Amino acid sequence: MADAPDMMQVNNVSKAFGEDWEREMVIENLSLKIRRNQLTAIVGPSGCGKSTVVNLLAGFEKPDSGQILLDGRPVTGPSKDTLVVFQETALMPWLTTYQNVTFGPKLRGDIPRDQLKEAADSIIETVGLKEFRDKYPLQLSGGMQRRAELARALINQPLVMIMDEPFRGLDAMTRQLMQEFYMRLCEQEARTNVFVTSELEEAIILADSLVVLSNRPATVREVVQIDLPRPRNLEMLSSSQAYEYKRHAMEMLHEEALKSFKGVGSSSDFLESYSRRP
Amino acid sequence: MSNQGVSGHAPTGFQYFLYKTWKSLKTPMPYLAFAGIGLWLLTYFLLNEYWKIFPFFKIPGPVEVITEWLSRDPIWGTSLFTEDYYINIWVSCRRVIIGFALATVLGVPLGLFMGWSKKFKDYTFPVLETLRPIPILAWVPLAIVMFSGFETPIIYLATLASFFVTALNTMLGVESIDESYFRAAGCLGSKKRHVFINVVVPGSLPFIFTGLQISIGVAWFSLVAAEMISGDYGLGYMIMASYMVNKYTTMVMAMLTLGLVGWITSAMVRAAGNRMMRWRAKALGQGGV
Ligand SMILES: Nc1ncnc2c1ncn2[C@@H]1O[C@H](COP(=O)(O)OP(=O)(O)OP(=O)(O)O)[C@@H](O)[C@H]1O
Ligand SMILES: [Mg+2]
Repeated sequence: MADAPDMMQVNNVSKAFGEDWEREMVIENLSLKIRRNQLTAIVGPSGCGKSTVVNLLAGFEKPDSGQILLDGRPVTGPSKDTLVVFQETALMPWLTTYQNVTFGPKLRGDIPRDQLKEAADSIIETVGLKEFRDKYPLQLSGGMQRRAELARALINQPLVMIMDEPFRGLDAMTRQLMQEFYMRLCEQEARTNVFVTSELEEAIILADSLVVLSNRPATVREVVQIDLPRPRNLEMLSSSQAYEYKRHAMEMLHEEALKSFKGVGSSSDFLESYSRRP
Repeated sequence: MSNQGVSGHAPTGFQYFLYKTWKSLKTPMPYLAFAGIGLWLLTYFLLNEYWKIFPFFKIPGPVEVITEWLSRDPIWGTSLFTEDYYINIWVSCRRVIIGFALATVLGVPLGLFMGWSKKFKDYTFPVLETLRPIPILAWVPLAIVMFSGFETPIIYLATLASFFVTALNTMLGVESIDESYFRAAGCLGSKKRHVFINVVVPGSLPFIFTGLQISIGVAWFSLVAAEMISGDYGLGYMIMASYMVNKYTTMVMAMLTLGLVGWITSAMVRAAGNRMMRWRAKALGQGGV
């Protein structure tokens, strides 16, 4: 795995937002490698610029400086090779599950019609939505919507699948089921994934490598290789190895989170006591 | 969505209409509607024909109007059984339909492009915003100068009024589409024209149909105003003409007819909208009118 060149390279990327007189650095000198056929999880304090990283990787935004390479070539704009599963569901509400899943291939015309139907039906079955094939997104539950969106992404066979907190907002039960489902999916077929989340446990159990971002302006604080054995399951979270990863990452995250409250006085007392919690 | 889990075939066309009507009879809606109308008629009757309270007794009462309306031999010459009643309805309807159709055909594409292309909006929006606030009555003289006869100026005015509403609502509709749909379409590999057909158009439909419902009302409004000022036939003309010769009963009859016909046309627009946006109507669990 290590001999193949990295799927994506982020080299010294910076990005600022705002008018000239109040320009605010969101990303500063961020460098990062996305390994082929691995799941790279990105965690960071809330609001640190995770979605901005996603937008840069996907080509929705251009970096102010620095360079992003996909398979050796610079990313110029959105394409199906850097496919994003969004933080909020972005299924087209006017299309049924099936129509949503076939949306991309149909427009690009890169899968022949008869094959497309087969491929779509099989992927819809994989995500367990066979009976909801002809329903509209608003008729699906939150978890089903996420799975439909996964199916819509998977059928395009992107070089990199980028997920921006895909399970945020799901209830704990559904979230666990989705994590298990996604774990299976990643283990069945080699894929390159970028998985952004604010849930540390979720990141650890899914990831091959865990990127911890610093507070804003975001840069890479540390990359932790997660060597939990595969195939994985959620129980592994209680292993001492996972606990060690968690403790280590948590320490960094708390340190980073505290930075947003520096000099605020009373609230930093509160946060310090919060960070001392086990 | 009554038969959950059972994948029975969905009714279509007239069957669907019957199904919806049958279902609505099980809700309080039709009964409340009738009760509302009944209460209104009763109040009207009491004020006007029973207690004869000022200023209500000056206008014809409900019994008088309805009797005249249903009379085979109307005192004032117009009822459900005379030909001119239907000619007036038909003439007005035809004008509204032509005006509304023209306004839709012109206004929807214009609004779509304005919402979609910043550049196009920069060109067109200032003009639209300057012309739009001019009340339709202020256009009447211009319409008469520009076009000869009765038909063209009246249709022109109806078209103009509903065109502005349609164009503006459509534009707002495009602007209301969440950025994430564009991004999703972008990374699924859509070219610009694909995005237009597959995101811009369906995404703005809810606003477009809200606009169309308002716009058909505006079309009626300006049509009647125009017919009252210069007309040969039509419900607006009928109101004005009967007023001129003191046929108040016929006048009220024309007003009520106008109300009913207007209601039917906007219900038709609404039904068309619900039909085109099943994804939405279904989710809301409601079926039109
Ligand atoms: N288009 C933009 N214009 C201006 N500021 C922006 C823009 N996009 C993001 N920002 C700013 O960048 C910062 C990081 O935002 P971002 O959404 O990337 O954070 P996040 O880590 O994804 O947050 P969350 O955990 O809430 O999802 C925020 O302070 C936000 O205000
Ligand atoms: Mg985010």
